[in-house]
Amino acid sequence: MTDTVLEAEDLAVTYTGDRRVEAVKGVDLSVPANRLTAIIGPSGCGKSTFLKALDRLHDIQPGVEVSGEVYLRGDPVYGTDKPAPELRRRIGYVPQDPTPLPLSIYENVAYGLRIHGMYDSERDLNDRVEQYLRQVDLWDEVDDRLDSPAAELSTGQIQRLCLARSLAVEPDVLLCDEVTSALDPISAENVEETLARLAEEYTIVMVTHSMDQAKRLADEVVFLYLGEVIEANDVRSFFEDPQHERTKRFVSGPAEDEYAVSNAD
Amino acid sequence: MSEDRAGGTQSDGTDPSDGTRATSRLGRRLAVERLSSYWLGGAGYFAVGLFVLILVVLTYQSLPILAAYPLSELLLSSNWDPAANEFGFLPAIVGTLYVTALSMAMGAPLAVLVAVYIAEYATGRTKTLVSTFIDVLAAIPSVIFGLVALVVVVPFVGDYLAPAVGADTTGLGILTVSLVMAIVVTPFMISLSVESLEALPDELRESSLGVGATRWETVRSVLLRAAGPGIFSAVLLGFGRVFGATIVPAMLIGGQTQLPDSPFSTGQTLPTLIVNDFGELMSLPLTQSALIFVGLLLVVVVWLFNFGAALVRRRLQRRWQY
Repeated sequence: MTDTVLEAEDLAVTYTGDRRVEAVKGVDLSVPANRLTAIIGPSGCGKSTFLKALDRLHDIQPGVEVSGEVYLRGDPVYGTDKPAPELRRRIGYVPQDPTPLPLSIYENVAYGLRIHGMYDSERDLNDRVEQYLRQVDLWDEVDDRLDSPAAELSTGQIQRLCLARSLAVEPDVLLCDEVTSALDPISAENVEETLARLAEEYTIVMVTHSMDQAKRLADEVVFLYLGEVIEANDVRSFFEDPQHERTKRFVSGPAEDEYAVSNAD
Repeated sequence: MSEDRAGGTQSDGTDPSDGTRATSRLGRRLAVERLSSYWLGGAGYFAVGLFVLILVVLTYQSLPILAAYPLSELLLSSNWDPAANEFGFLPAIVGTLYVTALSMAMGAPLAVLVAVYIAEYATGRTKTLVSTFIDVLAAIPSVIFGLVALVVVVPFVGDYLAPAVGADTTGLGILTVSLVMAIVVTPFMISLSVESLEALPDELRESSLGVGATRWETVRSVLLRAAGPGIFSAVLLGFGRVFGATIVPAMLIGGQTQLPDSPFSTGQTLPTLIVNDFGELMSLPLTQSALIFVGLLLVVVVWLFNFGAALVRRRLQRRWQY
């Protein structure tokens, strides 16, 4: 019954700058449908790098090598003739820093819909924008100023707007990179509540460095350390019965410093 | 603390001379600190003072011509004949606007395209090569462009381009100047535009690509808009440079003070008017005042361009926050 939406197979990412840094070392991972998979690990362990590799976002960066394969519902993402934009539409991505496009609130949500022509009429477009703004609990806060620049919103609102923008193009899976870490505590809580509700209907992969957040939100947990998967399990087994020594140490909460790695991800 | 005192007497902190020394040292440090704000402020105000001084001198020296003729006649008359006491700036004003408009129409779009290529498309060696050459072009003294243009662009315009459209010209004129000025200011606009694009956060690109936009869609709908303030002010600064350009127009415009009736016409710009008439006609007192008034006009307009560039940049930046 657990069908797999996204699968990474021996996925490796190497930065080939002044010195070669293998940030992600051959990771295997499957993301089950309609569940929230949390990737946890100390900062600098390759979480964000891995997440971007799932969406082929390293394509635009010089000096990054990706090997291995990602399968989206069984179809290869890298070894394929399919155009990357269409693959990226099906794999949503929300970056860590709240990033409004330099457009109005309305146009931020309509952005992908317009690009892909995913609407029948202006009326339909309006309805969809409203639908997704409601889905991220933002509609009531912005319905009277849809034409204002998105940058005028608070960071927490922007982060929810980014979620709406990604969801609007109906992706198969949504990747979220520490979407609460740049927010103040109250905004973070709001965004987390939104994520918790979205997790009921969407397949989400979320990177976080907070174990508490993973405990609260995740169905599945993956522990990434120095670019390798140490352990992956459902959230209860992961926290209550960790199998690996390193997971035990991480879960029982030693000083995070012990794990901090100098090269940022 | 005493650990890193090199040699000398070991102090246990109770030596009274230590405290005294620190106090007198602090006094000196604070005195230098107070002085520093005067020096630095002085240097800053010196720059402001120079600008004001230039404005004052130009204005003062312009007064005779402004007293002798109404401003409207100076700006709107097309007769320029200092020997006959006729001072109409219109031909030079129109010539300047003509050259500025034409060269920006050619240069600005090209600058934006090249900037997008360098910032968003080119990678590795190609990127280094192209942007290095752009920087080298920007550093070439404009008199060199004028020289090369005399050999290449002037015959091209005179022998091929003009006959092709049925115009008659020696090759010197408004169009030639505009072409060359476009080449002169484009590298400068490219560099500034590339800086604006490269300053944008990668998250912006990832957000757009992440919903399935292509690279071009990302450039067109997101990046150009986000970098818009910087690119716009780059273009306005380019405007200012063409407007005040002297040597290239002086070499290539043909130097006839007449209202241009086509891009192939010879003509005059405000700076070339000064350059061409300065030497021989300064003996006529009103002419000197007239030319200085032209200088005042140039300073004010170029300053307005720069001021406008800064203003627009700030307003757009506040709107989109990039």
